Amino acid sequence: MSSVWVIMKRELRSYFATPVAYVFIFIFLALTGLFTFQIGGFYERGQADLAAFFEFHPWLYLFLVPALSMRLWAEERKIGTIELLMTLPVTMWQAVLAKYLAAWCFTGIALALTFPLWITVNYLGNPDNGVILAAYIGSFLMAGGFLAIGACLSAVTRNQVIAFILTVSLCFMLLLIGHPQVLSVMQGWVPQFIVDAIASLSFHTHFASIKKGVIDLRDLVYFVLVITFFLIANAVILDVKKSN
Amino acid sequence: MIKATRLSKYYGSLTAVDNLSFQVGPGEVLGFLGPNGAGKSTTMRMIAGFLTPSGGTATVCGFDIQKDPIAAKSAIGYLPEGAPNYPEMSCGRFLDFIADVRQLKGNTRRARLDDVIDRLHLGPVMHQAIDTLSKGFKRRVGLAQAIIHDPQVLILDEPTDGLDPNQKFEVRELIHKMASDKIIVISTHILEEVHAVCSRAIIIANGKLLADDTPQALESRSRYHNAVSLRVGQGTDAESVRNILRSQQQIGRIEGEGDSITAFPKDGALLLPRITGLANEHNWQLDELHLESGRLDEVFRDITSAEPQV
Repeated sequence: MSSVWVIMKRELRSYFATPVAYVFIFIFLALTGLFTFQIGGFYERGQADLAAFFEFHPWLYLFLVPALSMRLWAEERKIGTIELLMTLPVTMWQAVLAKYLAAWCFTGIALALTFPLWITVNYLGNPDNGVILAAYIGSFLMAGGFLAIGACLSAVTRNQVIAFILTVSLCFMLLLIGHPQVLSVMQGWVPQFIVDAIASLSFHTHFASIKKGVIDLRDLVYFVLVITFFLIANAVILDVKKSN
Repeated sequence: MIKATRLSKYYGSLTAVDNLSFQVGPGEVLGFLGPNGAGKSTTMRMIAGFLTPSGGTATVCGFDIQKDPIAAKSAIGYLPEGAPNYPEMSCGRFLDFIADVRQLKGNTRRARLDDVIDRLHLGPVMHQAIDTLSKGFKRRVGLAQAIIHDPQVLILDEPTDGLDPNQKFEVRELIHKMASDKIIVISTHILEEVHAVCSRAIIIANGKLLADDTPQALESRSRYHNAVSLRVGQGTDAESVRNILRSQQQIGRIEGEGDSITAFPKDGALLLPRITGLANEHNWQLDELHLESGRLDEVFRDITSAEPQV
């Protein structure tokens, strides 16, 4: 476990050693602000909640998280440090987990830095802080899901642009299939249980219920499963590349 | 001990390493020689645990690299080709990181860090980002991370590639100093390096082992082995020297142009005393006279080009 911690620390530090961290955090905060106040109509709603803020998280993550995850393995492969990392006495699992956790921690930091919004809404009214906490947890889990997909696809290639496009595409699909408009197109000619099954695969569906403040075990299990699945796939891809 | 047993690696239909078996023991410095693309790096990557062999296996200090990779990797210090490292990290942070992953603690950790920083003269650049270092320093940082845990086994893929002559000399000195109690494998295509540091050399081409011997024994395979080269000075006619040499029983062949003459012995005869005698007898003015030990580059070319190219 200590190796995971050591590698994770190194990774996290390297985010802040380059402008990547600051640009990411700045853009993330600027966009959440823009979406919340301009498009979400935070004031106009006249409600003491952060629904306007969380509403746009899936779409923000869709572009920002792949930008973060694309470098995870592709860059290591490109500059050759993967050879260094994989010949240190650490297991594949420790490396995969450590790099992933560092990236997830980083998105956690970015998310936590939106706290002024929470202070604002508490200053303006009496929001249900339980709902807000649940939504934060849901948002963090969703970011984790996006990241796991991105980490896995970053291991496929040494080209970061390809990793980015693949991740955005897959995440976009996973978001879209849960959208009411998309589901309504299917309704009528596709059996309902298939529509439900497809919807239940979507990030959108699961985040939608968490952000309302309902932490359902099924939603938690969903995100944990997505993360686990893609991290296993990540390790398998690295292992296959090792023997090819 | 490193023991490679029928180590093979295929990339699709391409055979990169073909049934390679060899052993290296403590105190030995093994040089891996071969043309580019011969399979040197692939072999080293398999032993270091970065690539999975397609067939066969290797053990390092008794640990199988596939069954017991962590124990094997703990015993190895590895410098990958091109000495990759994290560009944004400072040299000090990078070495700290490696020391942490290698589980060095307390006084040992401090002593080991001080030792490698001192050995590789990294003191002045400890706070500098690796990105901003010169090529020589980057290579030294790579070497430092490879020896930081004082490993039993050192695998260095082209450790002096791209260094200037002084830096090359320093790296060779470093290898020399560590050689007595370690198992060291280096790959190179600089033949003088084999002389300078290796106690044994393996020549591979197209993934096959073609020769495994000491540098001296390899040299003796050269047709230059025991030949005598001389350079005629002013006042002596090179043609007449050639004619006299040609008439000698023990000399099989005369080569060279102008003032430079190389005489090749017939049936392993010892030429030097004979030629010295002739020089005295005929009062030759010689600027240069020496016994050839053999030319490694020629042996290398002979061995690697005899193999049919795929």
